[in-house]
Amino acid sequence: MAATRPIRLFRNLSAKIAAIPMILTAMVVFVGGTAWTVTYSFTSSKLLPKTKFVGLDQYERLWGTARWLISIENLLIYGICMMVLSLVIGFLLAALLDQKIRFENTFRTILLYPFALSFIVTGLVWQWLLNPDFGVQSVIRGFGWESFTFDPLYDARIVIYGVLIAGLWQGTGLVMCLMLAGLRGIDQDIWKASRVDGIPAWKTYVFIVIPMMRPVFITTLVIIASGIVKVYDLIVAQTGGGPGIASEVPAKYVYDYMFQGQNLGQGFAASTMMLLAVLVVVIPWAFLEFGGRKRV
Amino acid sequence: MTHLRTTLAATTALCATGAVSAADLEVTHWWTSGGEAAAVAEFAREFEEQTEHTWVDGAIAGGGGTARPVMVSRIIGGDPMAAFQFNHGRQAEELIEAGLLRDMTHVAEAEGWRDIVNPPSLLDACTVDGRIYCAPVNIHSWQWLWLSNAAFEKAGLEVPKNWDEFVAAAPALREAGITPMALGGQPWQSSGAFNVLMATLAGPEVLQKIYGDGDADLAAGEEMKRVFKAASDMREMVQGSNVQDWNQATNLVITDQAGGQIMGDWAQGEFAVAGEVAGKDYTCLPGLGVHEVISTGGDAFYFPETGDAEIEAAQDALAATLLNPKTQVAFNLKKGSLPVRSDVDLEAANDCMKKGLEILASGAIMPDVNMLNTEDTNNQLNDLFVQFFQDTSISAEDAQAQFVEIVASKD
Amino acid sequence: MSDPGILSATVVGADAARDALAGPRGPKPRRRFSRRNIFIYGTLIVVALYYLLPLWVMVVTSLKGMPEIRMGNIFAPPVEITFEPWVKAWAEACTGLNCDGLSRGFWNSVRITVPSVVVSIVIASVNGYALANWRFKGADMFFTILIFGAFIPYQVMLYPIVILLREMGLYGSLTGLVMVHSIFGMPILTLLFRNYFTSLPEELFKAARVDGAGFWQIYVQIMLPMSLPIFVVAMILQVTGIWNDFLFGVVYTKPDLYPMTVQLNNIVNSVQGVKEYNVNMAATLLTGLVPLVIYFVSGKLFVRGIAAGAVKG
Repeated sequence: MAATRPIRLFRNLSAKIAAIPMILTAMVVFVGGTAWTVTYSFTSSKLLPKTKFVGLDQYERLWGTARWLISIENLLIYGICMMVLSLVIGFLLAALLDQKIRFENTFRTILLYPFALSFIVTGLVWQWLLNPDFGVQSVIRGFGWESFTFDPLYDARIVIYGVLIAGLWQGTGLVMCLMLAGLRGIDQDIWKASRVDGIPAWKTYVFIVIPMMRPVFITTLVIIASGIVKVYDLIVAQTGGGPGIASEVPAKYVYDYMFQGQNLGQGFAASTMMLLAVLVVVIPWAFLEFGGRKRV
Repeated sequence: MTHLRTTLAATTALCATGAVSAADLEVTHWWTSGGEAAAVAEFAREFEEQTEHTWVDGAIAGGGGTARPVMVSRIIGGDPMAAFQFNHGRQAEELIEAGLLRDMTHVAEAEGWRDIVNPPSLLDACTVDGRIYCAPVNIHSWQWLWLSNAAFEKAGLEVPKNWDEFVAAAPALREAGITPMALGGQPWQSSGAFNVLMATLAGPEVLQKIYGDGDADLAAGEEMKRVFKAASDMREMVQGSNVQDWNQATNLVITDQAGGQIMGDWAQGEFAVAGEVAGKDYTCLPGLGVHEVISTGGDAFYFPETGDAEIEAAQDALAATLLNPKTQVAFNLKKGSLPVRSDVDLEAANDCMKKGLEILASGAIMPDVNMLNTEDTNNQLNDLFVQFFQDTSISAEDAQAQFVEIVASKD
Repeated sequence: MSDPGILSATVVGADAARDALAGPRGPKPRRRFSRRNIFIYGTLIVVALYYLLPLWVMVVTSLKGMPEIRMGNIFAPPVEITFEPWVKAWAEACTGLNCDGLSRGFWNSVRITVPSVVVSIVIASVNGYALANWRFKGADMFFTILIFGAFIPYQVMLYPIVILLREMGLYGSLTGLVMVHSIFGMPILTLLFRNYFTSLPEELFKAARVDGAGFWQIYVQIMLPMSLPIFVVAMILQVTGIWNDFLFGVVYTKPDLYPMTVQLNNIVNSVQGVKEYNVNMAATLLTGLVPLVIYFVSGKLFVRGIAAGAVKG
């Protein structure tokens, strides 16, 4: 034991040195930045961060603000729909592409290219396509269907679904690719076995393949979810939060209060709530990933 | 030709570097619309003509919300630009208190700003503890109604002379296929228009008491009820103007697709760029033709501490240039705003600007909302009114109740 | 096989492996027009058209003149093709006083993107390798924090990072910006690399250890040659993310270093009278061109890289 210990230490040391950037990032930026944010959320900071503490005032105001409540509701609707739909659509498309088809590369490229474009671009194009005066609505009316109405971006009740259409267009390609990779990782023998047993393809997918792909799903979920929480550019480019405040989201609330309203304290309080919500997502993930199990 | 130009450019560059202590002065601003860009170009031209320094333009489009974090980050990051545009009022106080902005009192004294800046409230807004920290460059007022003459002609109507006539004309405009009133979707336009209704229909004193003193009883009272009624009329009139930016809304008026728009005098810059003539193509009604008053807000330039003597010399030169009579005329004619000094000759001004100058001279002025409210309060008002004007399901009473709450809790 | 890490890791590696082999290997699909094939191709073609529609609209709009845009249908091809909007977007569009369009920011974007992509990928791959093969105490915790970081909205970190950069004396410099991009790219990239390295056969690593190879030796001589696909994926993600970044570029640098997206924002957001949709679309496409090209080119590389790896393995 006395002999192995220094060697172990030495071994750990080289990995640790290599991981210094990661440790610094994690501790200084993410933990430090979060602590900083939480601390200043209890202050009345306006344009500049200042340590004038006001207790829970910022939080009281936050939860009494209609816009924040609408933002949260929108994020929930957008988040749940985005999560479910992009997984379902992504998986179905991946399953289709996995049927040993021709032109697979072409199809995959077409489905993935929107991912190369920024949210700003995505928002702009879809704002245009959904504009009632010259987008889809006016074109269909031009065909003679005069009463056709499709203007999600100017209808407060459904505007968030208009944003969802754009978000899905941009994001499903990546999900499809991850899913496809997961499918390719499944042992071909499983398909042979299920064919021999006469199990229909959909059953094989649902009961055998998908459970085997659990880890891929988890990785994908982390990537999708991190994108959902941060959604900001898309809203700014596509709707600007409107009509009225119907398509506001928390990240935009944070930004607008910090920089437009010059009320840093309020922005930090909103960020703190967001970070708390993220913890609720990340902790179960960490549990799934490392839970109780020790490797090597 | 290209060669010649390159040679010339090179020569100029050589001369510029040869001059004594010429500095490149980085100026950040968010003036990027047609009229605004033309106006800021005048600043740059005058600055480079009158001094040996060079204007390095740092325009950030997207308004204060986009530009402000950039400015503040640069300043607290310790690598500031040499000058930046801000709405004066309460916005820059904290930066001044933190000692991040340069005291420009010496320039103000040398140039005699105290004596020439009119109204003096503009300079007061730049003053903290008796020291002057910014250079006011123009007077902007919000209280204008812009009307398209051709739109009313098309509907077979006289051009209205006041708000009530305008409201009465709305149904006929609709029938003629014209949107009675244009309003962009950005939140500040909604609250701005509401504040204009308040200042003109209820009067500037009411606005002053509500925003200045936080008088919640007055905010809940009968006078404000009438203003909210007018706001809901306006909401009817703006249905169907599906644009976001203010100048797109102005463009609806310029192209006669909309009857009118409530917007500050900066809208005039857009009419000018489009080649429209005041009185002939469009009509302007200061104070909505009800109560002729203008607010004296405006833009100002601040100068961060850089600790660099060369930059400081150039900052001083820029501050002096901005208020120079020649610069003031050139800039304000393009921007559509009024000069901050009354001793300059604005012969070239059009009808609308002349009306503005007359009102200014008559003393019918009021403070700008920015000087009374913090941005935080403005932001809350933005949220309320953008919702109100875009969503017909909110009643005027509910909106007023929320308004009272904001007024009661304002700091 | 039951280890989630291993499987999720397969993500990219296996994808590529199978990809490369899809053509030559196995029986060719039935060529008949079976109902199954009609269904598969039919669905894929409809979906593909839907995905291509916005691109189509962008391209045709950017080739139209403004009068035609105002008159017509956005889906219709241009009656009269004009490249004027492209020229304007690239070289003439104004913001404030600068009328040189996107060209001004192009090289800055390259200067920012190249080092940021390289540095962030190097750091993240070493992280992933350390986490996968050299687990040390506390590694899981740091990794969890890192994943937490993936969810933090960038705006929240804006001021703390300004202060951090100021204290390090890096504020306003290219180095500072590269650091910021590396920091914010780290969570997802580390996750991908860690999963990939975990998926590689552990025997290789063990054999190398027995031969006395150290941390860096194993990384360079054994891991790197096997990792082209994941590097390509990381590169695609980073190039896309960093090239398209606006916020960090504008907040942490100075005008002489502003990336192209700042000009894009300026063109799209500064309206000179009428919104020039054709110029906006051309500017949008020009800005998106680099990630698109990188994507198309490396998509092939991706497949080829795996083929090589498969032969060696």
